[in-house]
Amino acid sequence: MASYSFPQPLPGEITPKEHYLRRRTILSGAGLLAAGGVAKAAGLQTHAGPFGTSETPTSRDDITHYNNFYEFGLDKSDPARLSGDFHSRPWTLRIEGAVARPLTIDIDQLIAAHMPENRVYRMRCVEAWSMVIPWDGIPLADILRQVEPLGSAKFVAFRSVFRPDEMPGQRGGAGGISWPYVEGLRLDEAMNPLTLLAVGLYGDILPSQNGAPLRLVVPWKYGFKGIKSVTTLSLVETMPPTSWNQLAPDEYGFYANVNPEVDHPRWSQASERVIGSGGFFGEKRQPTRMFNGYGEQVAHLYTGMDLRKYY
Amino acid sequence: MKRMSGRVSDLVVSSRWARKPVVSLFLYTLGFTPALWFFLLGVRNELGPDPVRSFEHTLGLWAFRFLLASLAITPLRVMFGVNLISYRRMLGLLAFAYAFMHVTTYIVLDLRFDFAILYRDLTRRPFLIFGMIAFICLLPLAITSNRMSIRKLGRNWRRLHRLVYPALIAASVHFLMAFKTWHTDALLYVMCGSALLAVWVVFYGMKLQKLRLGSSG
Repeated sequence: MASYSFPQPLPGEITPKEHYLRRRTILSGAGLLAAGGVAKAAGLQTHAGPFGTSETPTSRDDITHYNNFYEFGLDKSDPARLSGDFHSRPWTLRIEGAVARPLTIDIDQLIAAHMPENRVYRMRCVEAWSMVIPWDGIPLADILRQVEPLGSAKFVAFRSVFRPDEMPGQRGGAGGISWPYVEGLRLDEAMNPLTLLAVGLYGDILPSQNGAPLRLVVPWKYGFKGIKSVTTLSLVETMPPTSWNQLAPDEYGFYANVNPEVDHPRWSQASERVIGSGGFFGEKRQPTRMFNGYGEQVAHLYTGMDLRKYY
Repeated sequence: MKRMSGRVSDLVVSSRWARKPVVSLFLYTLGFTPALWFFLLGVRNELGPDPVRSFEHTLGLWAFRFLLASLAITPLRVMFGVNLISYRRMLGLLAFAYAFMHVTTYIVLDLRFDFAILYRDLTRRPFLIFGMIAFICLLPLAITSNRMSIRKLGRNWRRLHRLVYPALIAASVHFLMAFKTWHTDALLYVMCGSALLAVWVVFYGMKLQKLRLGSSG
């Protein structure tokens, strides 16, 4: 049977040794690295993963109270305020389409089967602000390998939930997005070691406002690619529709790679405001980096592509 | 001003209060309270994770509110006989003051004086170009809001102050473009603005017709 061949880079190719070593200090500094490299924190068993960053993580309070999750409302404070009725358990994830072994699995079984890793990632929103977030999650590649994509599979289509009873933003009026939210990645993007299905944050189970129980994290792309509360992954042959692209194709492309040289039609993408970085008078504005600083890991995915055209 | 009877005359009298310095000081203080309140919240770091943006947006919203209020004065008088004309200058100046603070916050706290970005934004981004057009339209109105200018400019003062309508249109576009999607609140504000604009167009049309009839008859 034809099956996708997975690139297997050496660990040193993915993360240079000095970063690897620095990660340890960061993780231990953040209190995430307990004896034996396994941390048990508030209901989520995690272990240290191969990626980190030297930046200071954004505070938990900011990460959980500044969210774009239009299913709960348009304001960034809405998801924390209005997600009280949302039930992220029990939850079933389905993986279907062009795969040899379709999978239907309970979220907690999935977490038990793959112990989540700690990954401190930069997050760059298309609105020109950024955070540094200590996720806990499962590399998407691990799960995809398990279902064995067929040779015909070229893209992964992601689908979120439609629960207007629990999500006030879905009861009409949230700016014209047709629910449920959908996203997509090229298969090689999905298989990249950086791509994560996050199930936790700061060692705790993912809060509803951050996309419980399971959300996509693609750190070199704008935040809106990180579909929240995922129910279904479907391996497909053609490029799947994505919610923001359907709404405003000239503003949000399928790729949505962080790129300081390609501006959003309404604002510059050259720099970003760092959330929680200094209050009212000292908020930091820093230059945005190509691929959000993850070029070393992902630039090869786009060689020869005109990133102005495929924004 | 002729005295009218009953309810309306009371309002006329009350509207004259605005000319008393103590009253106008009080009303201006009231008008600046939202700005001061949100500024203090910002200083105390109580404006949430993105305090600058939050403050900036609040100022913009209040600028739009005061702009709508100042434009509502004439329709209120003509359609409902409620005369608040003495408050119009104050409301217009508050709209300008909030627009000024909005722009200042954008340049000082948001861009942190990065004039390269400012230049790029103002030459390339319709969202910010419309915002700046609105602000520039309001500027001469604020400068000529004093009695001396009114006297000096005569008929031209009225003509000049019609700039408030381009300002309203530009501000509306700017407001709608500030969000990634159609935003219900923004749509409501812009609908109010459009209604006021429509009322003005109808009045103006009627006035022109009257003038034409007057001159031919």
